[in-house]
Amino acid sequence: MEFINSHLLSLITFVPLLGALLVLALPGTREDIIRWSALVITCIPLLLSLLLFAGFDRSFAGMQFIERYAWIRDFNINVFMGVDGLSMPMALLCSLICPICVLASWNIERGVKGYFFLFLLLEAGMLGVFTALDFFLFFVFWEVMLLPMYFLIGIWGGPRREYAALKFFLYTLIGSVMMLLVIIYFYLASTPHTFDMIELARTNSLFDYRMLCWFGLFIGFAIKVPIFPFHTWLPDAHVEAPTAISVILAGVLLKMGAYGILRINYTMLPDITMRMAAFMAALGVINIIYGALCAMAQKDLKKLVAYSSISHMGYVILGMASFTDEGLNGAIFQMFNHGIVTAMLFLLVGVIYDRAHHRDIDSFGGIASVMPNYAFVTFLAFFAALGLPGLNSFISEALVFLGAFQKYRILTAIAASGVIITAAYCLWTLQRVFLGKLNEKYSLLPDLTVRETVSLVPLCIIVVVLGVYPHPVLNLMKQTVSLLNRIITGAGI
Amino acid sequence: MQFVMPDLGPVMPEISLAVLALFILLADLFIKRKETIALMSIISVGVAAYLLPGSMGATFNGMYISDGYSAFFKFIFIANVILTVLISVKYIEIEKVNFGEYYCLILFATLGMMLMASAGDLIVLYLGLELMALSAYVLAGFIRYDRKSNEAAMKYFLLGAFASAFLLYGISMIYGLTGTTDIMAISDYIVKHGLASNPVLMLSMILFAVAFSFKIAAVPFHMWAPDVYEGAPTSVTAFMSVGPKAAGFAVIGRVFMVAFGSVQVEWAAILIPIAILTMGVGNIVALSQTNIKRMLAYSSIAHAGYMLLGIIAGAQDGMASVLSYMLIYGFMNIGAFAVVIMLRSEGFKGDNISDYEGLAKTHPAAAALMLIFMFSLTGIPPTAGFMAKFYIFLSAINAGYTWLVIIAVMFSAISAYFYLRIVMYMYMKEPKETVRLSTSPALALALAITAAAVLIIGVLPSAVVNFARIALGY
Repeated sequence: MEFINSHLLSLITFVPLLGALLVLALPGTREDIIRWSALVITCIPLLLSLLLFAGFDRSFAGMQFIERYAWIRDFNINVFMGVDGLSMPMALLCSLICPICVLASWNIERGVKGYFFLFLLLEAGMLGVFTALDFFLFFVFWEVMLLPMYFLIGIWGGPRREYAALKFFLYTLIGSVMMLLVIIYFYLASTPHTFDMIELARTNSLFDYRMLCWFGLFIGFAIKVPIFPFHTWLPDAHVEAPTAISVILAGVLLKMGAYGILRINYTMLPDITMRMAAFMAALGVINIIYGALCAMAQKDLKKLVAYSSISHMGYVILGMASFTDEGLNGAIFQMFNHGIVTAMLFLLVGVIYDRAHHRDIDSFGGIASVMPNYAFVTFLAFFAALGLPGLNSFISEALVFLGAFQKYRILTAIAASGVIITAAYCLWTLQRVFLGKLNEKYSLLPDLTVRETVSLVPLCIIVVVLGVYPHPVLNLMKQTVSLLNRIITGAGI
Repeated sequence: MQFVMPDLGPVMPEISLAVLALFILLADLFIKRKETIALMSIISVGVAAYLLPGSMGATFNGMYISDGYSAFFKFIFIANVILTVLISVKYIEIEKVNFGEYYCLILFATLGMMLMASAGDLIVLYLGLELMALSAYVLAGFIRYDRKSNEAAMKYFLLGAFASAFLLYGISMIYGLTGTTDIMAISDYIVKHGLASNPVLMLSMILFAVAFSFKIAAVPFHMWAPDVYEGAPTSVTAFMSVGPKAAGFAVIGRVFMVAFGSVQVEWAAILIPIAILTMGVGNIVALSQTNIKRMLAYSSIAHAGYMLLGIIAGAQDGMASVLSYMLIYGFMNIGAFAVVIMLRSEGFKGDNISDYEGLAKTHPAAAALMLIFMFSLTGIPPTAGFMAKFYIFLSAINAGYTWLVIIAVMFSAISAYFYLRIVMYMYMKEPKETVRLSTSPALALALAITAAAVLIIGVLPSAVVNFARIALGY
């Protein structure tokens, strides 16, 4: 127990990695054993992160659960990990989504062993990104996560999977090489040379070429978020990826972009961030409106959800750009909520696709009468997505608007119209799929199976509970957010 | 006049290798099983490797220098020989050119490289270079009934002869200017007489740059590489893509860093456009290749471009990054060629990229190994290729060449496309015809060594970085 408590973060990160190797060692023909062991392995980080959640000191703004081991001494690179109020909700989200995705992958038939090996590698990469405090380590995890994603889309994806996988890979790679340049520059500019993110943030005044560095980092992260106009990989990747991988993409991967901006651009180049605030806010608003309009125009249900992700990530950017406690809290909370809600949406799309083998919105109709439970959960998810009061996204979006309105009145007013478009496409979709006359072809569709229910119920509970009582998550981030805000606004003056 | 016997200690590895290579040449007449010859050649470089650590020092009046720097390169050459021999055993049997001379030529070429790495005098450098080049010409044409192989040898020879001429011009000019061919003495003379902007010095540096660029296949002196790489026996291609390139960098380092060390600004201005062109042409032309050997040829051109960045960066860190890169590049490139060789079987060439379609389904282990090498060549962590690039970029930015590194990373991102295309073909396409693999224990051993090196160095690069730094004496 003592050991577990003092090595929580490295266990959370490296257990999936060891698990991946374990899966690789299992015989490929025993598919059920592989599935069950993947489920058990992904539950371990979940349990450990609950320990983390319990032990997290909510009144402390800095890093907690710090671990540091020397790795490459020649370049002063360490395995340096820690969490604060910013990374804690993200790590929690990631470790929660992963077991659910394993359940959603249960019906993968082809190359089961390879699939779960890559999946566990992906989980290690994602958790690593959120817990790494050494910039080099951060970059390594960032890249490590790229490889499994490429294969998971490219091998187990839909008809245009090769194109989508390559596009995803190249977009992200171009972003990350720019990040690498800045990482090396920061390392060389600091004295003594270091990759320690805390130290780099503390001595950031040493860096020159600040605007250039800021953009190098920002573009790298913006591709991941994705922020318009770097979003074009997302609809392709989401549509072609298998259900569970879409869930991971939208639920966790997109958050890494926003997390990167907050963790790195905000702390290491606070003055530039302050100067670019209006620029970021404008991009956020474009994301909200553009994503929502695109979503409205989609005929493919999965593509609709993909574009809705772009729209919802716009709220995150807008909230981040406000530099108010409300806006930043709202942004991080929105990241968490969007992770939960969009995971539900993609799971639900997967459920109907498994049964009908297509996702064309217009050719459904009246499904609610044959799949009542499915209809209930989908209504809940779409209502959460459109920000219905009483559900979690309402609180985060309200906080974002509250924060943003103090700084950007007109932009926020425009952004608020995005809520209306969102409501329009959500309700219109629900109406077309679930209401109206039943399409006879689908009169025999079975309702949710036990496995599907088990994967959806926890998310439903979170959506409702956080909608009524958001403090468990908001408390985690409060102190860190106000510290972050003080850093930025202090530098701007 | 009294003849003083020079100290042979520093040359012992080379002497022993020469003697053993000659012995193998003789023994070949009596030994029927060519595997024995292969084993003997591995043993002979093993002996050289054993003698290497005890051979430090300069001899023949400073014409021959055995120091950490040369020892590092000799280590690369020896590893290169061992890996090449391991991947050759079965392959040259399939190509029906299973002759003992093959191994002897590899040993002689390596001897030439070792001379180059240790050259303290431009004449020794030239001798080593010719020994290496002549052996390599023959090796390129070793499949004598194959037209492509003949063409490769001819092309390599003709263009190589030009490059040698350029080198001789350069040497003669520098001799005319300074009155010496001793590398240290040239350096002293340039400093003492303040020759920094001397046009003859500039001209001779350009000539050196041309000759060495040819050896490392840098643009615009790369024209031979794709044809020779494609036509030569694949095992020889693997050998040539690492050995002569490393030897080329060894002499670039020695000549430019030591002899012309005081005029770095001038020669950097020559090498920068070469480096940019090399990275650009290598990576962009590789995109459109359909033959894997040609693709790897362009990829190796591109890698020479990255390594030139380290040379341009100069100083100890720059050289240490070149050394590390060279070592890592050797492992990953020979590994990739070993997989290419595996696909060559009786009656099946297996060097088209489309032959890799669906390899993951028919031969998962081979595909997984190729995947590791392709990712390493792209430079994606946690493979060794990433650490190599990281160190090069780090030292170039440290030397103030940030803009050059920006260009390099952009080309590096482009390179992901053609490396990944192989991976995509292997994992995401359906197999068209059943590809038969020709494996042997020796080939498996070579693959195990290279794959393990790529992965272990990728996670724990300290050993290599330290080795390079110690070799450079800091």
